[in-house]
This record gives sequence, C-alpha cells and structure tokens, in this order.
Amino acid sequence: MSDPAAVAALESPGAAASAPLLEVAGLSVLLEINGAKRPVLRDVSLTVRPGEAVGLVGESGSGKSMTARAIDRLLPRGAEVTGSIRFGGEDVNQLTGAGLRRYRNKVAMIFQDPRAHTNPVRRIGDFMTEALQANLAVSAPEARRRAVDMLAQVGIDDGAKRLGQYPHQMSGGMLQRVMIAAALLTKPRLLLADEPTTALDVTTQAEVMAILDGLRREFGLAMLFITHDLDLAAAICDRTAVMYAGQIVEIRASALLHDDPLHPYTAALAAARPDITQTAHRLRAIPGRPLSAFEAPSQECAFAPRCPHATDICRTEVPALARLDGGVSRCARARELRGQLGGAPGG
Amino acid sequence: MAETDKAPVLQATGLRKEFGELVAVDDVSFDLPPGRSLAIVGESGSGKTTIARMIVGLERPTNGTITACGHDRSRPTRSTRDRRRRGREVQIVFQDPYTSLDPRQTAEATIDEVLRLHHGWPADRRRARTAELIDLVGLDTRQSRALPRSLSGGQRQRVAIARALAAQPAILILDESVAALDVSIQAQVLNLLADIRDQTHVSYILISHDLAVVRQLTDEAIVLHRGKVIERGTTGQVLDDPQHPYTQRLRASVPRPGWKPRRRDQPGTGKEDDVP
Amino acid sequence: MSTGIPTAIEAPRFRALTSVRATGIVGIASAIILAAATFTAIFGPLLAPYDPELPNLSLAWIGPAGGHLLGFDVQGRDVLSRLLAGAQTSMLGPLVVVIVSIVTGSLLAVVAAWRRGAADAAISSGLDILFAFPGILLAVLATAVFGAGLPAAAIALSLAYMPYVARVLRGAAYRERSQPYVAALEVQGASATSICLRHLIPNMLPLIVAQATILFGYAMVDLAAISFLGLGVQPPRPDWGVMISENQTGIVQGYPLPALSAGVCIVAVVIAVNVLGERLFEQAEAGRR
Repeated sequence: MSDPAAVAALESPGAAASAPLLEVAGLSVLLEINGAKRPVLRDVSLTVRPGEAVGLVGESGSGKSMTARAIDRLLPRGAEVTGSIRFGGEDVNQLTGAGLRRYRNKVAMIFQDPRAHTNPVRRIGDFMTEALQANLAVSAPEARRRAVDMLAQVGIDDGAKRLGQYPHQMSGGMLQRVMIAAALLTKPRLLLADEPTTALDVTTQAEVMAILDGLRREFGLAMLFITHDLDLAAAICDRTAVMYAGQIVEIRASALLHDDPLHPYTAALAAARPDITQTAHRLRAIPGRPLSAFEAPSQECAFAPRCPHATDICRTEVPALARLDGGVSRCARARELRGQLGGAPGG
Repeated sequence: MAETDKAPVLQATGLRKEFGELVAVDDVSFDLPPGRSLAIVGESGSGKTTIARMIVGLERPTNGTITACGHDRSRPTRSTRDRRRRGREVQIVFQDPYTSLDPRQTAEATIDEVLRLHHGWPADRRRARTAELIDLVGLDTRQSRALPRSLSGGQRQRVAIARALAAQPAILILDESVAALDVSIQAQVLNLLADIRDQTHVSYILISHDLAVVRQLTDEAIVLHRGKVIERGTTGQVLDDPQHPYTQRLRASVPRPGWKPRRRDQPGTGKEDDVP
Repeated sequence: MSTGIPTAIEAPRFRALTSVRATGIVGIASAIILAAATFTAIFGPLLAPYDPELPNLSLAWIGPAGGHLLGFDVQGRDVLSRLLAGAQTSMLGPLVVVIVSIVTGSLLAVVAAWRRGAADAAISSGLDILFAFPGILLAVLATAVFGAGLPAAAIALSLAYMPYVARVLRGAAYRERSQPYVAALEVQGASATSICLRHLIPNMLPLIVAQATILFGYAMVDLAAISFLGLGVQPPRPDWGVMISENQTGIVQGYPLPALSAGVCIVAVVIAVNVLGERLFEQAEAGRR
C-alpha cells in the first residue's frame, strides 16, 4: 500500500503552493458481485488541484468509472470503501444530509449517455433549474435566466426556447451540451466527466471537448476527465492518470505520456492504436485481455502476464507507486526501462 | 483506382432509401474490386448503416441496384435457395458483441447451424470445419463450447466473425465491428481481420467513423454526409489530402498526440453544421 | 463497454434442477406442494380410502371421526377421499387451458412480431375483439354449444386467455426479433420458421414459463368458479370447485370444513405455482446475459 501523503507529494512537481482540491488516498472498494465481495478498486491515490484538469484513462475493468462514482458517492449499496477521499479538506465519505447536498453542488458529474440521465417526460428547463431552486434557494425566474445564459455559453443561442423542450427533441451532442451547462449552473469547483463524448460523433466530440475545455478554464474549474482514449485525455488535461485492473499504474504530464511513458501498459496502449497517417503491416496488439480488479492476482504485478518487459521481480509482489521524473509509476522496472518505452509510431 | 481489368465483386448504382419523407441514402454508387477493401466513412445520420443493411437484404432500396458476385440483389427474394446463395456471397459482422449472438447457443452450435444451412455435410465433416473456423479466429476449444455470457466482447466478436466466415462469403461487411471493443482488443481483432483477408482473399466493406481503423484496414474509401457521397478515392488520398470541407473537418476532429480541440467560429445555434 | 468480464468458462448445464434448489425455503415448500398435487392428480382415485361418490345422507356433516380425517360433506361422503379424487379434474383442467392458450398465444405473438406491419395489425385487432369477452361469458356460450362439462369450460377459458398471452409475449417477441443475432441469421438465409422456432421461442421461454404458471393459477380459480356455477364439472363428480359449491351451505350452518378444505387446496396450489414460476423466471433471466 502506498503512503497517501507521500503519493500526494509525489505528484506535485513545481506547483507546491496550492493545497489539493481533491485528494484520493489509498482508496479501495469492494463490491458484491455474484454473491461474493470482490475488489473493484485497489489502492487508488490521486490528487486534483484547484483549476487543474486531470485525465483518467483505462480500458474495461480498469476502475476509472468506479473511481468517479466513489468520489461522487454514487457507489451501490453494500460497497465497502477503505482509504480516504477528501474534498477541500473534508472527508467525503462522512458527509450526510445537508453536507452531502452542499458537496454535490460543488462537485458536478456528467455522464456518457445523457439520455439515460435525463427524465424523458420532463422539460429541459425543469431539469436544469431543479438544483438551483432546491439546493441554493434561487428564485424560479432567476434560475431560468441563469440557465439561458449558461446555454449560450455552451453554444445554444435559442436558450429560452430550448428550456421548454424535451430531451427527445435534441440530438445527442446538443443534449450533452445541455448537461454540461446544467452541471456548471451550481458553480461547482470540480467537474467529474465520465466519458462524456464517447457516444458522440467525432466532429461533435471535437466541438463538445472544445466547449468543455474553454468553459473549464474560464470558470477556473478543476476537472477529472475519464476516457478510454489516451490522446483525447492529453488534449485537454494537464496531467493524465492511467488505470489498469483497479489500480493507478501511471500519472504523468499529458504532454510526456505518449513519447516518454513510465509504465509498459501506457506504452502498449499507445502503440496498439492504429495510426491515421499510415497503414501498419500489423498493429502492436497486447496479448491477452484487460483484467478487472477482482481477476488480478494478488501477489504479482497485474500487467505482468501481458507485459513484454516482465521479469521475475514483477511476479513476486504487487509493485508500489513510485516517483520518477515528475511522474508516478507502478512498475518495478520503471527506472530500468526509462527511455525505452515511448516513441510509438504516429507521434 | 487500380484493378479495373477485373469485374467488381460488388457494385452499387444510384442507391436511394427513403423512410417516409426522410432521405437516408441519396444516389450512392460505388464499386468493390475483388480482393480490395472499401471503407464507407460517415457519422451518425450519414446513411452508412442503411447502405450496409440494403446490401445484405435487411432493408429494401427505394431505388437503385446492387450486384454482388454477378447476381442482382436489389430486391428481396422469396426463394429460399436464392436467400442462401446471397448468404454465401455477402456476410456481415455487427457492432455490438453483446447482442449479435444467440445467448443460448454455444459458439460451436452457432457455427454448426450455419454450416448445416449451406452444406449437406455429415456431422464429422461439420465438426472438423467448425474446429478450423474456431482456430482461424483465434479461439480455443474451451471457448468454443462456452455460452456467449462466459465470453468477453472481443471473444464474442471473434465468434461472430467465424459465423460469418462459415458461409465462405466473397464479401464481408464489417459494420463498426471493432468500435465497441477496448483499444488493446481492437488491435488484436484488426490484426485477425488482416490475417483472414490474407488467407481467404475475402473483400471487406468497412463501415466506420474511426479514421485510424479505416486507414489500417482499407484500400479505398468513400465519405458520406447526410446520405450523399461527398468524397471518394484511395484511403491514403482521402485521409492525407481531403478535398471536401466536411472530410477536412472530419480529419481535423480526430484526437492524436498533440491535438487540441477548437470551437468552430460561428456562435452557432447549437445545431450540427450544415455543410453544403 | 462492460466491466463484467467473466472469470471462468461455464459449460451449459441443465439449469432447471439447479434453479429449483436455489430458490430457498419458500421455493422448496412450493415445489413440494406442487409435486404432491401432481401426484395426487395422477393417483388420486387409487389413494382415496373411501368411495368418493357414494352418498350416505345419514352421515352428512359429521366432523372428523374414526378414519375420516376431514369428516363428511353435505351428502355424507368422505371429504378427504373427494379431495384426493377431485385433484384430477382440478389439476387437469387448468393444465389443458394453459397448454392450449400458451401454444396458440405464442404462435400468434411470434407471427405478429416477425411479420410486423399489416399482419401484426390484423392479429392485434383480432385479439382485441377476443379481449372484450370475459371468460365466464365465453363459458356460458360454450356450454350452450357443447353442453356443460369440463371440455366446454376448458375450451372457453383457453379462448379467453389466448389474447392475454399473445399480448404479453408479443412485446418479448418484438424485442428478440430486433436483436442483431436474428438479423445475422436472416442474412445467412435461414428461413423465418427455423429462426422463430429455434431462436425466438427458446429465448422467450423464461417469459413463457412465467406466463404459464400465472395462468395456471388463474385457470384453476376460474374453472372452480365455472364449476361452482354449475357450468363446468358436473356433480356428483369430485372436483374442488364443485365441492365448494355443494358445501357452501355448510359454512353458515357451522360445518365449514368440507368447503374450506377444498378452498385451501385451491389456494395452496395456486400460490405454489406462482411462487415457483416467479423464482424460475428470475433464475432464467439472470442466467441469460
């Protein structure tokens, strides 16, 4: 288990002064799956500073969505949580009632499928102004005025008309913009974005990403951006964390992640992606398949069976997160492999 | 385009599909030379999936013709024999691995059913061929005897590919077949598809919005926007030097190392763009 | 993308037996009751200690005594023997109704879902018309045509239940029919019949079984009511519904046992069937995806 304070210290190259907004330390979550309690997150530690965008990248079973849900207290009943999640110094898991509602105003979440998270029989206006009126005691006309303003910010000019519409009258891209606008209305300090553009067309994705990036900077929001796409995370996040089998395996400045990764999984993930500029004779596929936390062996590195650089040391124990060159890596051989991992074609 | 001396293995001319007042496909024509792979690129609403469905007979074209392996298949047929023959000409692998297999059938049974449909072979010959196909798609015996719920997404897609190949089609339509897979699994399946093509000389039609996958797997490409073909050429030409503004925009929207998203300049009414 | 990656390959097993075991104490009790009722339905007349049909008015209404565990009914017959013998018609009737209505209803649902469009509209409209007739009314009509008795009642009830079955199963049939695996088989050139019989219906089986069990309960109560009215099983044949009818005066006179014991049998079987059906449905659905 990594020491949470040490991990927090590991991750702040240079920006020493600002206290972290969100501090996840040693977070482990057990869920009941098919009758047995199984781990879905193992010793997850990361920090997000005020105004900073951090990407969280992983494949199926990596635990990236689960991490966001743990932060937003959206885990299913019966989940066992160990470790801590602190927001603005407060322990999130201890919040109840009014405190929890205040927390939810400060931490907003947007999801992959906006249609699954909107009530189809309620108008957009009702849904957008709900939190303002209920939690922040804003009057109805004022709430509507703010909603229209925010819709304009996300590129929807006929906001007044849109407020009276239903979700099915909007395209996926537009509804996702509405979700972003709704999330920003309560003036949160942290935005959790769980694959917000995965279900969108690529041109719509580019547009929505630009909006998200622009507004985030304008409002000085911190963001945790979850995606399976390494390049997408790198586009708008200052730092990116990579997860595998329920653990963080690397945290690095996004600009360095592609060319100088610190963990073989990150390198393999980047190399496996086809290149739009050329046809490879064969792609560098990773053998095997991504593991979930509950499938990962407990006495060795979870990635070792699929890793081209695995040696005996990798199979003796679960490696700890260690600092390396301004980033963090969970590879026992990280230091040895420096400089050999990166430079996948298509950079 | 090369290979003009050989007759195209699939030819679509003037395809049109209307759903009531909506024109989903408007005057689309393309050829697939034998042994080559064609990409049909587009986003949602472009009509690409409708075209795929028309080719395999799941939708009936309002207008236009489709010819595959020398036989016309522009209209649905009532004859069982014709339907089966068409099944041996063009097959399809769908996008969602979780619903494209019968949840109650093992991989072996799924493939066996298709073999029984097309050939009057005795059981042991079918068994042998099933084993060959399972091996071809990179699965083992244990997985072939499993129900889909015990298989991962990538494994299920392999079964779907094996089922399609059991008919020995000349043309295989891949309708976003790797879009729902994890990146590392996607790479495995793309390699598998390339190997299969080398071994069996099947021609692919890849329906995709993912330009990097298109680059990896296809020789030629057509780009669809709102039901019309707005650009065509070799895949390299279309991706490296797009002529049409929509294709250029598509190309510019693909995340890659160093990419930054940019808002389009007009304030916009929130509607997706209307490209002329 | 799913995170529910399975850990081990499971070979398909014969799931019905293992499912029953997994349903808990209530499930087991229900299974026992149902097994007992079925056994009695088959062997009832042989098990009856006394003649279920021979009246002896001097013994009427006498309570439990000697070898007569449940006493005597309105005509002095041994109640226990009548219960055991009556299980036959009481169980057989609903069984026939369920089989006929489920088979016809499923076929209509599948045809409607497969062909869609005009065929679906025609079938649905036809079923709507049938819906308008309550089962009892159809029973009256049937007895007018075929004469009173179990066959007429069973036919009537089957007709009454068929549109209900078709309506419920049509939704499931539509859902399965729209799945890509069905499209894949169509592209292969498989015939509609083989796809419907080999793929559509088996995947609807959990729902069909659940419907069958619910209907069994309803049919049992409805048939009992029809017999109670004198339109179904005719006295002096033993039948639980008939027994309630014959012995109803005993309830107000202070001899409730004959009528109530028949009622308890009906209720017990109906509950058992419903519980088991629900549990089996849940197990089957959970095991599917």
